[in-house]
Amino acid sequence: MNDQAMNDQESQPNAADELWELRLYVAGQTAKSLAAFANLKTVCEEHLAGKYNIEVVDLLVNPQLARGDQIVAIPTLVRKLPEPMRKIIGDLSNTERVLVGLQLRPKKTSQA
Amino acid sequence: MSSAKSGLTADKPPLAKAPTGIQGLDEVTGGGLPKGRPTLVCGGPGCGKTLLAIEFLVRGATEYDEPGVLMAFEETAEDLARNVRSLGFDLEDLVERNKLAIDYVHVERSEIEETGEYDLEGLFVRLGHAIDTIGARRVVLDTIEVLFGGLSNAGLLRSEIRRLFRWLKDKGVTAIITGERGQGTLSRHGLEEYVSDCVILLDHRVTEQVSTRRLRIVKYRGSTHGANEFPFLIDENGLSVVPITSAGMEHSVSNERVATGVAGLDEMLGGKGFFRGSSVLVSGAAGAGKTSIAAQFASAACERGERCLLFSFEESQNQLVRNLRSIGLDLERWIKKDLLRIHAVRPTHYGLEMHLAQIHRLVVAFRPQAVVVDPISNFISAGTQSDAGSMLVRLIDFLKSQAITGLFTNLTHSDANLEQTDVGISSIIDAWLLLRDIERDGERRGAVYVLKSRGMPHSKRVRGFRLTDHGIELTPEAFSTEAGRT
Repeated sequence: MNDQAMNDQESQPNAADELWELRLYVAGQTAKSLAAFANLKTVCEEHLAGKYNIEVVDLLVNPQLARGDQIVAIPTLVRKLPEPMRKIIGDLSNTERVLVGLQLRPKKTSQA
Repeated sequence: MSSAKSGLTADKPPLAKAPTGIQGLDEVTGGGLPKGRPTLVCGGPGCGKTLLAIEFLVRGATEYDEPGVLMAFEETAEDLARNVRSLGFDLEDLVERNKLAIDYVHVERSEIEETGEYDLEGLFVRLGHAIDTIGARRVVLDTIEVLFGGLSNAGLLRSEIRRLFRWLKDKGVTAIITGERGQGTLSRHGLEEYVSDCVILLDHRVTEQVSTRRLRIVKYRGSTHGANEFPFLIDENGLSVVPITSAGMEHSVSNERVATGVAGLDEMLGGKGFFRGSSVLVSGAAGAGKTSIAAQFASAACERGERCLLFSFEESQNQLVRNLRSIGLDLERWIKKDLLRIHAVRPTHYGLEMHLAQIHRLVVAFRPQAVVVDPISNFISAGTQSDAGSMLVRLIDFLKSQAITGLFTNLTHSDANLEQTDVGISSIIDAWLLLRDIERDGERRGAVYVLKSRGMPHSKRVRGFRLTDHGIELTPEAFSTEAGRT
């Protein structure tokens, strides 16, 4: 990786050089799904530019794929890599929580 | 007036029902669960709701050609399959034959972050996919309330679950949704508010270390249902509900008579014996010969080629067979021909309801023409007196509805009033024989008399009663020295 944008002190150590594999589960082109994709794209460009990969899975087309990743809510973003697997549900409109969910930022709640 | 009434019923076609195939449940629901609609089955932990739901799917797949989908929120498919194997259900085989689809839904709060709006479309997609893949007609959601532990937006979950139930209805599948009983509510998150057609409550109580399972239909829209609690059993054949209430007065009656097995007794009963399908009580003190009369009656039934089921609560089968050989009665040959089945069990082994359920199940399986319970007084030791009374009423009504002649022995204490049965069932008994010892001139002699026998002329005399090595013998009088008196 020839990327040197990762100057963010807050990023997790395991995030350093790896490729991020993200999968976004949607069910048709709904407003929530479109919003989630747009929000995700923004966050990735800002924090993971050049080392992420987003795969969109439309369950209306491939319903059998919902089982594997235990999808219940839509939209669901699954961080396949780096491990461990993480899930973020919702339209990803709250950037702060998306970053926490992806472990790009530690949880605030632990410190005052 | 009657035409107005029939016009009213014509407006409302009877609700279509889907038989569950679970023994007894279809009887107490008048044909099954509301077809194409969801039913809520709720109860505390370990009450048997998951088992009921799974049996509903298994019976549907195997007996009604209705494939089913099980969406499990609590246990994995492997765990579920293992748990029900002891009931004779092979889930893996059904899955392989596309008769059943199991989808284990797991939501782990610790690995999920929530941000912004979402819905449960993923669940709908999974369920819809499973239904369409095998052409399911039945669906079970066990227990969907688990989602409340995995996701934080309770308001959204509620509206999505409501939408899911509506969606199931649109799909036209007959569904069971299980719910854990909450504090003062039928289910923890009030699912009963969304399931308006049918709600069934299961209960598992342990009183004095005796466990009893009961089922009650809390609600069944557009259908009459008994408000009673029905006992149910879970054993190696699955679930069985005992569809017995004490309201059975509609049974048909027979004019046919059946011999008692004792010539002298037949004579006392208008010369012909008991009515078929009637209930007979034989009471007496210990050692008076009640079991002998019961066994003679059983043997006489077998001799006619009928089947007889004998419940022995004091003696084992071997002991009974041996002891009765001493009065020249060979029960073994009837057992070998499978005309006689002896079911020996200690009355305290399980609760009254379980006894009733057991008896019901065995009667349904064996289809006997005669049933002997020896003695019913032992039931009192398995429950309170009022419980025992109501159970016996239900048992008697059940046997009558099946046109089975029932003979019950009852142990009376020598100092108690002989004509007062402990359990107060005399009013629903058709014929009542009393055995007693009469002491005279330093000698004890057995005597028998007919206290009542509905619908037939019967002897009012007290006759002598003797056990001989070739059976029971009645003498004209209790004491032959009294010959001539009537």
